[in-house]
Amino acid sequence: MLVLRKFLRDIPAVIGAVIILFVVILALFGPWIAPYPEDASASHLLRRLKPPSAAYPFGTDNLGRDILSRVILGARGALKVALVVVGLAMAIGVPLGLLAGYERGVLAEAIMRVTDVFLALPQLILALALAQLLGPSVESAMLALTLTYWPFFTRIVHAETQRLRNALFIDALQGIGAGTPRILLLHILPNILSPIIVRATIGLGFTILVAAVLGFLGMGATPPDPDWGLAVAQSRTYLPNAWWFATFPGLAILIAVLGFNLLGDGLRDLVDPRLRRSR
Amino acid sequence: MAGFIARRVLLVLPSLLGLLVVTFLLIRTVPADPAVALAGDNATPEQIEAIRRQYGLDQPLLVQFGRYLAGVARLDFGASQFSGRPVAADIAQRLPATLELTFAALLIGAGLGIPLGVVAAMNHNRWPDFLLRILSVGGIAIAAFWLAIMLQLLFAMQLGWLPLRGQLSVGLTPPGGPTGFLLLDSLLHGRLDILGDALRHLVLPAVTLSVGGLATIARFTRAGVLDTLQKDFVLYERAVGFPRRRMVWIYVLRNSVVATVSQIGLLFGSLIAGAVVVEAIYDWPGIGSYTVQAILTADAKVMLAVTLLVGVIYAAVNILTDLALALIDPRIREGR
Repeated sequence: MLVLRKFLRDIPAVIGAVIILFVVILALFGPWIAPYPEDASASHLLRRLKPPSAAYPFGTDNLGRDILSRVILGARGALKVALVVVGLAMAIGVPLGLLAGYERGVLAEAIMRVTDVFLALPQLILALALAQLLGPSVESAMLALTLTYWPFFTRIVHAETQRLRNALFIDALQGIGAGTPRILLLHILPNILSPIIVRATIGLGFTILVAAVLGFLGMGATPPDPDWGLAVAQSRTYLPNAWWFATFPGLAILIAVLGFNLLGDGLRDLVDPRLRRSR
Repeated sequence: MAGFIARRVLLVLPSLLGLLVVTFLLIRTVPADPAVALAGDNATPEQIEAIRRQYGLDQPLLVQFGRYLAGVARLDFGASQFSGRPVAADIAQRLPATLELTFAALLIGAGLGIPLGVVAAMNHNRWPDFLLRILSVGGIAIAAFWLAIMLQLLFAMQLGWLPLRGQLSVGLTPPGGPTGFLLLDSLLHGRLDILGDALRHLVLPAVTLSVGGLATIARFTRAGVLDTLQKDFVLYERAVGFPRRRMVWIYVLRNSVVATVSQIGLLFGSLIAGAVVVEAIYDWPGIGSYTVQAILTADAKVMLAVTLLVGVIYAAVNILTDLALALIDPRIREGR
């Protein structure tokens, strides 16, 4: 409870948590919250590019669809991509990091060298190239982002595992004959969970951002998906007149990513107050 | 020092080789059969077979990799599909524009980020600090492509203060100088009209690209200054009555920039990658817009060359950063 009270005193982190809660609610119940849920795919050419009004608070887009509804409906896609990518990246990165940090020798060395190579690759360019090679779709965008994000987990888990490897309790476990999988999964992993959670939180925001870039460049979601990045791309033809078309989907990206970053920062301070605030 | 440099360069070589292997495997294995992809939709089996032979795709993978390495060693990446020119020539022509943009963004980021970080640290837990924390998290969270469009909308379309896109107004021709850098060349030729026009075109893209870096630099400076303020020498200087401003801006800042410098080094690489989106929106004639064209037309040779180029720049900047740190802090030079 002490932890919770400490967390509640960190205003920016609480703001982040509230934003994330809001995004999750939109993602789960979007079709019931959106004023015009059928605008996910329908088009109404008679009311295209209407400025914000009481009936359409965010205005309408080039096909006459309510932008507020599409922003709300877009939350599910954004969150799904983020969760799948970070989940898969953890599933690849964490075991590799545990292994490389605990074992010594050729295998550990090989894992870390491969990780270094992937970290040296320009992430955005690699993701774009992969998405193009696999054929533009949400699935290939997710695969491309996973392939570029797992090394971040490997590096952090590797460092933490190495730090713990020489701890007395690990010596004791080895002494009484505990097997490597047992030590890694039941004793080391629970001890390094907090940095993993912090990294995952920031990773969720980061993934939403990069996925939006992929959508914007036509390498992610395809029309008529209510994707935020895609909407900003479509709006460019109608500027400067239809300013609302570009503004609100972009604001949605900003607010969602901001939520994850604020919470990630706050969690980091909570877990280790000595750590510096960084990305 | 020479030994230190040699060791750092040697450490990079395996990473660069790994980079070559990964890029090669991606291009050759991700599309199920590159020959089919190259031949197009309506190709007959004979045509596909011919293409396979023409590009050496019927050879063992190791032989293909050897040829690829030989090509890279001669800076021969083949011809681009959409420009029809050698990829290396295209890159050489476009690299200066990207470097100019990146340096401008870095200048804005460091020039504003460091003072902002210091001011926030001096006002720890008061409103300037609180404001900076929110702004810096926002700076990292903002999508560059959206910020670019918003800035275009406001400053170019509505207010008309700055040009919408491109590197130079229509009607002006670059002086075609010795360096290939537009700003530098127009200065060398004494063409101040071109210099002014180019600078006006540089503002919006550079500001867009700088925002993420600015936020990161401000955060690291703030953390570094806060750390240093706890040191004994600060207490001593305050005790002997040193003016606070002078102490912070000269002595504390110098002791705090180590983390910021290494962060600036890391930023340079991510700025080059970030330039991809920014250049595409502002029609900036650099590597970034070239990359987007390549991706949209599935031009594998260009994508490969650009990935390698950015990887090499990453590695080079890393070495330079380590060098700068070793110069600042002798402890880094001596032991591990």
